[in-house]
Amino acid sequence: MSAVADRTSQPVENKPAKKSKGLNAGQGRRGLLLVTPTIIFLAVIIIYPLLKAIQLSFQKDAGLDPATGLFVEGGSAGVSNYTHWLLQRCGNVSCPPGTIGAQFYDALRVTLFFTVVSVVIEVLLGIWFAMIMNRDFKGRGLVRAAILVPWAIPTAVTAKLFYFMFAYDGIINHLIGIFGISPQLWTSDPWAAKFAIIIADVWKTTPFMALLILAGLQLIPGDVYEAAQIDGASKWQTFTKITLPLVKTPLMVAVLFRTLDVLRIYDLPAILTGGAGGTTSLSMLVIKQKNEGFHGASALSTIVFLLIAFAAFLFIQFGGADVIKRPPKSEKAAPTAPVNPVAANATTPGA
Amino acid sequence: MHKRRTLTVMAGAVSVALVAAGCGGGGSSSSSSGGGASGRGPITFVSGKDNANVLAPQAARWNAAHPTEKVTIKEQSDKADQQHDDLVQHMQAKDPSYDVFSVDVVWTAEFAAKGWLTPLKGAMALPTNGFLAPTIKAATYNNTLYAAPSSSDGAMLYYRTDLVKTPPKTIDEMWSMCSIAKKAGIDCFAGQFAKYEGLTCNATEWMNAYGAKMVDAQGKPTADSPEAAKGLQALADHYKSGDIPKQAITYQEEESRAAFESGKLLFLRNWPYVYNLASTDASSKVKGKFAVAPLPGVSGPGTSTLGGHMVAISAYSKNKATALDFLKFVTSPDEQKTNMEKGSLAPVLESIYTDPALVAKYPYLPVLKTSIENAVSRPVTPFYPGITTAIQENAFAAIQGQKTAQQAVKDMQAAMAAAAGG
Repeated sequence: MSAVADRTSQPVENKPAKKSKGLNAGQGRRGLLLVTPTIIFLAVIIIYPLLKAIQLSFQKDAGLDPATGLFVEGGSAGVSNYTHWLLQRCGNVSCPPGTIGAQFYDALRVTLFFTVVSVVIEVLLGIWFAMIMNRDFKGRGLVRAAILVPWAIPTAVTAKLFYFMFAYDGIINHLIGIFGISPQLWTSDPWAAKFAIIIADVWKTTPFMALLILAGLQLIPGDVYEAAQIDGASKWQTFTKITLPLVKTPLMVAVLFRTLDVLRIYDLPAILTGGAGGTTSLSMLVIKQKNEGFHGASALSTIVFLLIAFAAFLFIQFGGADVIKRPPKSEKAAPTAPVNPVAANATTPGA
Repeated sequence: MHKRRTLTVMAGAVSVALVAAGCGGGGSSSSSSGGGASGRGPITFVSGKDNANVLAPQAARWNAAHPTEKVTIKEQSDKADQQHDDLVQHMQAKDPSYDVFSVDVVWTAEFAAKGWLTPLKGAMALPTNGFLAPTIKAATYNNTLYAAPSSSDGAMLYYRTDLVKTPPKTIDEMWSMCSIAKKAGIDCFAGQFAKYEGLTCNATEWMNAYGAKMVDAQGKPTADSPEAAKGLQALADHYKSGDIPKQAITYQEEESRAAFESGKLLFLRNWPYVYNLASTDASSKVKGKFAVAPLPGVSGPGTSTLGGHMVAISAYSKNKATALDFLKFVTSPDEQKTNMEKGSLAPVLESIYTDPALVAKYPYLPVLKTSIENAVSRPVTPFYPGITTAIQENAFAAIQGQKTAQQAVKDMQAAMAAAAGG
């Protein structure tokens, strides 16, 4: 801390940039100075719990001493908490159906399913909504506000709303009844329950997607479209050759955020279905496991963290979802900086 | 007069406790954090959200009689999971400010095994005569009493008196009455079959009814039995045939109550709280048209799952002598009666159920007594969270027809064993 204080006390102007690498060098030093408090802050609130969770995941849960009937500390577990999940080992047997361990791959599959399906739908609807909002028309402000409303409602409230709508006597079953479809068990049936969650998730988060895409659309100068029009481009050509490429970066950022969000989805399925119909997500599994044994939950939350960090890495490396525009020369300065803060959020359930 | 009686009871309790404290000298307490059995002073009572508004008046009555040992109420959320987590956090932190707390019956073993509860023996002994036997059994872990039962719960069969004159005594009799429901254009029977704790209660009831036992006396899982499979099979068969409506697989307590109150169900398995609501709710269409009976069994009354709460003393409390007095106060006949009348909480004392004045006012009391007397508590084990997951997951799959009842009970036992093995 004192080093930081010393450096800040010296006026930067008095230190001539001897190595004289121009403006950038001085900026780098000052930048480091400015970013130090943030790094310390992040280390305390994110990196420490993260490392602690990883450390705890290598310990055994307390076991019962048969003589006293009291719990005793379990000691080191090696990697058994990880093999429990990844290799489905429950003690010396493979996890029987009905244990939490046996639900790992189902939860992984359904979480990935939610991620892919709902993000794809959200991208399509999001682009559509953004293009509508980007046009000039009377009452545009009102439409924008209306589209944003679902996103402003807390997820737990959304989930409860949909819980009532998807109830057996609820409005959705009445509506589909008009078309002669028999009532569905939206909160229990394996397929209906998955789609109930996707519908609620899409309803809630498409506005977020639309908003980010809209921000990108508004950066596209109008004369580009004018030129296209003059050159006689069709609407489809304009969309695929101009709009999409120019909106790609904000779009990829939106997709990244949403993907990471769905990978750690918890409250929506927890409230809407309670995990019935095979809708237990990975984060729900972490919480369930926490009630049975803390260290197994630490291992699982570490696995979820790695999964999310990996997804973020793929997006940033190959998808062009560059959250922070890097200065051209310091390409290597912060290669994965954007990954950690976003992804680390995911470990909060278990950490 | 009411008040004076309370005071005498309390005065008695205090003098008993004073003698006990004098003799015991706080020797046998297993607490590791000081605060022996003779500690006296203000205490805090931690309990779930007081929706029925019984806690504050109760505390006021205690405080009036114990000006130097006042109790403070700390309310938690109204969600059982959150209450559990809150207690775990405070106990892990060895927080001495949680002196006395309310414990769901299924948490007792876990908390006791973690060493968080003061055993009620020696200087801290709590006389247990007059309590309904199953409630004491549920508060006992490792042959030691760890808490005072404060409220109980047993399931009952609600039935429509306008359609069924005499309630079914056996399960087969009940199913045979489903034709009545069909004629009336309503559904026959429902319990709580959504995948949550309520399913554990319902499924074990059905398996127990056919003679199964979830665990043996040593706590070893014994779910894999032909009897258990028969019980699950009965549920699955009648779910498939429509005697149990399709939507019952989404029912928790409230949904099933709503279905019964709107007149759509002939028989409902539910807890006693429904009785008052179904007779007084403005929207209830079955007012004066329903009654309760013990759950039907294979021959004679069936077995309910025991519900309810206990009050336990923290191992880290500094004022355990006061806390023990408070336990005696909470379980005193007057307080039990008040809790029942004001908060619909089922008493734990036998005498309340046979009080003629009360039975006249609350006609369901004798049925509830039968229910609780025959009740089987859910497995008393520190690994309860894993046990209940094992039961829920497999029972849910069996009722939905995703696996056979035989396979379900086999998996159930294996999963219970795996959960208990750590």
